[in-house]
Amino acid sequence: MTAHLADPRGGPPDAGGSLWDRLEPLLHRVQKPARYIGCEDGAATPDWSAAGPTSPIVAWLMTYPDTYEIGLPNQGLQILYEILNERPDAVAERSYAPWIDLEAEMRATGVPLFSVDTHRDAGTFDLLAFNLSAELTYTNLLNCIDLAGVPVRAADRRAHHPLVVIGGHCAYNPEPVAAFVDLVVLGDGEETVGDITRIVSDWKASGRGDREEVLRALCAVPGVYVPAGYEAHYDGQDLVAVEPIWPEAPEVVEKRSIADLADWPYPRSQLVPLTEVVHDRLNVEVFRGCTRGCRFCQAGMVTRPVRERPAEQVRSMVAGGLRRTGYDEVALTSLSTADFSGIGDVVGGIIDDEACGRVSVSLPSLRVDAFGVDIASQLQRGRRTGLTFAPEAGTWRMRQVINKLIREQDLYDAVESAYSQGWRRMKLYFLTGLPTETDEDTLGIAELAANCVEIGKRHHKGPSVTVSLGGFVPKAHTPFQWFGQNTQVELQRKVHLLRDAVRRHHGVQMKWHDPRATLAEGIASRGDRRLAPVIEEVWRRGGTFQEWSECFRIDLWEEAMAAHGLDIEWYVYRHRREDEVLPWDHISAGLHKDFLWQEWTDALAEVGLPDCRWTPCYDCGACTGYGIEHVVASATPPAGGSQGTGQDLSTGGAVPVSLSPRPTVSA
Amino acid sequence: MEVRVRYAKVGKVRFLSHRDLARILERAVRRAGLPVAYSQGFSPRARLHFGLALSTGYESLAEYLDIDLVEPDEGGTASALPAAEEVADLLQPCLPPGVVTTASTSIEAGTAALQDAVTSCTWEFLLDPADHDRATANAARMLAAEELPIDLVRKSKQVREDLRPLLLSLDVDRTPECSRLTVELGTKPRSVRPAELLAAMELPEHPIRVVRTHQWIQSDGERREPIELAAPSPHASERAS
Repeated sequence: MTAHLADPRGGPPDAGGSLWDRLEPLLHRVQKPARYIGCEDGAATPDWSAAGPTSPIVAWLMTYPDTYEIGLPNQGLQILYEILNERPDAVAERSYAPWIDLEAEMRATGVPLFSVDTHRDAGTFDLLAFNLSAELTYTNLLNCIDLAGVPVRAADRRAHHPLVVIGGHCAYNPEPVAAFVDLVVLGDGEETVGDITRIVSDWKASGRGDREEVLRALCAVPGVYVPAGYEAHYDGQDLVAVEPIWPEAPEVVEKRSIADLADWPYPRSQLVPLTEVVHDRLNVEVFRGCTRGCRFCQAGMVTRPVRERPAEQVRSMVAGGLRRTGYDEVALTSLSTADFSGIGDVVGGIIDDEACGRVSVSLPSLRVDAFGVDIASQLQRGRRTGLTFAPEAGTWRMRQVINKLIREQDLYDAVESAYSQGWRRMKLYFLTGLPTETDEDTLGIAELAANCVEIGKRHHKGPSVTVSLGGFVPKAHTPFQWFGQNTQVELQRKVHLLRDAVRRHHGVQMKWHDPRATLAEGIASRGDRRLAPVIEEVWRRGGTFQEWSECFRIDLWEEAMAAHGLDIEWYVYRHRREDEVLPWDHISAGLHKDFLWQEWTDALAEVGLPDCRWTPCYDCGACTGYGIEHVVASATPPAGGSQGTGQDLSTGGAVPVSLSPRPTVSA
Repeated sequence: MEVRVRYAKVGKVRFLSHRDLARILERAVRRAGLPVAYSQGFSPRARLHFGLALSTGYESLAEYLDIDLVEPDEGGTASALPAAEEVADLLQPCLPPGVVTTASTSIEAGTAALQDAVTSCTWEFLLDPADHDRATANAARMLAAEELPIDLVRKSKQVREDLRPLLLSLDVDRTPECSRLTVELGTKPRSVRPAELLAAMELPEHPIRVVRTHQWIQSDGERREPIELAAPSPHASERAS
C-alpha cells in the first residue's frame, strides 16, 4: 500500500502569496515549530481575492512583538482582529516575533516576517499594527519592522511601504519610538481601527499617492496621534515643547474610549492555540477601567472610567466560549475582578451551569479587601487555580502613599479565607522602590508574608507563600510620573535586604525582577524623542527579546545612552519639577495634570483618595472630558469596603511626610 | 465503554508535539460532548490513553487514541453514550485541519494498552532523488548484515543496540519526484527512532517527508493493525486538504 502523499498540506489551501513552502524547511531546525503554523480554532481565513496595492480593501497585520506564547493570548489584538475581519473593506491576519533561532534561518534564506494565518509576507500588508504592552519590547518592534522589509525609520518609508501603527499602554508615552512609527492609537481601539480603515481605503483607491497626504488625513481621527506632524523643541537638556507642524495635527491628542462594553462582546471566537501559551484558557473581560486610584498604576489611570459588562452577557460569553473552545478553565479578566458587581453570584453561576461542564474559574488581579470566604468557597468548587494577591507594599504607611488602602487585617482575612477553603500556597505581589520607601517598609513585606504562612499553619501542614518583588518604574499619566526612580544599586540593595529577611522564615519563598531590567524599562518609559538612536542602537547590536532574562543586555542600553550623550541620571533617577514639560504632555488620557499633581502631593502627605465608583466625583477629567460615565451595576462597594469606603482607616504612628532623598550611589 | 480512535496527522500540524496533540484531543473530546470518564483525585483529568509518541515534524496515517466513556447517570448531566463507531465523526469537527479521524471502534475492557500492544511500525521516507543510490546501496548492505550495532542515547545514557533484529523490512524505490524508502521497524524491546535509522543509513536527518503509515500488533503468528481501515483509501490526505 502506498502512503497517499498526494497533498502534503493540511489546512486550508494557501492563497497565492504564501511563504509556507519556503518556511517549512526551516521549521525542522528550530525550537517549538508549532508556534509558526497557525491553524488555531478561531483563526480567520480572509478572502484576499479582492485585496492588492491599490484595492480599497485594507490589509492589517496585527503583530505582537514578542513570542507567540506571550502574544497569542493578547485580548486587545484578538478583539481588533475580529472586528476588522467582520468589515467588508478590511482583512486582518496575525504575526508574532520569531524566536532567535528562526530569525537567523529567515535572514539566511531571505524569508521575511510572515503572518501565521496564511503565511503571507508582512511587507504586503497595508498596516503593520503592533500591541506595545511593555517598553522592553521596543527593540523587537524595530526587528519586526526590519524583518518585514520595511525601513525602521518612518521618515525613510515610501508610499508602497506599510503604515506602522502602535497601540496598547506604552502608546501613552510614544515619544521614545515616535521616529519608528507612523500612527499611534490611544485608548480603546474598537472604533478607531474602523476610522483608520476608511481613510486608508480611500487613499489606496485614489492611487496611493504621497505618504504625507494619508498621514495628514489620519490626524483628524479621534484617538490617533501622528508623530510626523509634530516637532520637539529643546533648550539644552530641557524639553520645551512638542508642537504641531501640520495644520491638521491637534495640539493635544485625546485618547478614545468606548462608552459601553455591552456593545462589544468580543472576542466572539477566542483563538484556541494548538500549542501551549500563557493564559491558556478562556478569557472573558468583565469590565474595563479601574478607579481604585492606585497611584503607581498606569493601567488604572489611563483606562478610566469603569465600564462593566452586564452579568448576563458575561454568563453567555462564558457558556458559549467554553462550549466552543473545549477549555475547562475560564478567567474573568479586568484590572480588579473582585470589584465586579455581584462577583460571587457570577462565579457561582458559572460553576453551577450545567452547560459549562466541569470548569474552574480564575480571577486574576484579586484585591484582598474584596476576597472573602464566599468567593473562595465558590472558586474551590471548580479545580483550584493559583491564587495571587497584590498588597503591593509591606506597611500601611507605604500603602497610603500609593493609595492601595488595604489594611493588614484585610490581607490576613483573605489569606485565611483561601487557606480555609483548601488552598495551600499563594503568591503575593509587591513593589519596591516606591516614593518615600524606607527599609522598614521593605522589611514589612517579609513580616506580612511570614504572618500569612502562620495563618496557613492553622489549616495545613507546610503552607507556603511566594513573594514576587518588582522594581517600581514610574509611568506617564500617573501621579508618580514626577518621581525619580530608585537607582539600580538601591533596588539591588533592597532586594538583598528583603531576601536576607525572608530566609529566616520557613515557608516564604521570594522571586524578584532584575533591577538592571528595571533600569532599562525606566529609560524607555519616560524618555523623549532623543531616545530613538539609543533604541535603534540596542537593536542593531542584537539586543532583541529584552524581556527575556537570557537575552537581556544592560550593557547595550548603558553604552548606547553614553554614545548618544544621554544621561541616565537625568532621564530616570532625578525627581521631575512641577513646571517642566513632560514628553507626553501633548497626549491626553483625559486626566487633568493638576489632578495628577494634587495626587502626587497627597501621596507624599500620605493622604488617601476613595474610589469614585461609589463616592462623589473628584473630577480627574476622565469622565467629564469625554462625556462618558461609569457603567457599574451595583451602587455599593463590595463586601469589605473599598479604598476607604466603609472602612476604618485610622492610621498608626507618626510618619515622615517628605520625599526621602535618593540614597547616593555607594557601590 | 472504551473506544479506540484511529486518526491521521498530516500537513502543517505535523509540527505539533505529542504533548500539544494530547491537549488538543482532550479539548476535542470535551467539545464533542463525549461522556468521558475522569480520574479521581485532587486534579481530575479526562481518561484518555495515547499510543506511541510521534516525533515532532513527522506525519502519520495511523495514530491511535483510547477513550474511556461512562454511561451517563440517570437524569445526569453527561451526554448520551454514542455508538463507538460514531465517535470518529463526532470528534472530527472539533479538530484542527490535518488531524483527521479515520475510524473508531469499541474495545474490550482489559485490552492491552497501545504502547504495550504495538510491536512494529511501517514508515515511509521521501528522500531527495540525489540520495537514491546511497539509500539503495545501504539498504542492501544492512539487510545482508547479521548484526547492525548502533549507538543510541536513552535516558541520557549512551547505549549500544543491535538494529538488525528490529529491521523487519526495508525497500527503496523510485517515484517520478523522489526516492522512497519503506521500512518496518520493530518496537520491542526498545524502539529505534526513524532519525536513528536515517543516521545509520548515512542519510540526511530531515528528508522531504517522513510518514508513519501503519502500526502493527503481532500476536499468535498473526499481524494486524489496532484498527484495520475497511477501505484503505487515500481519504486521509484528501480530507485534510
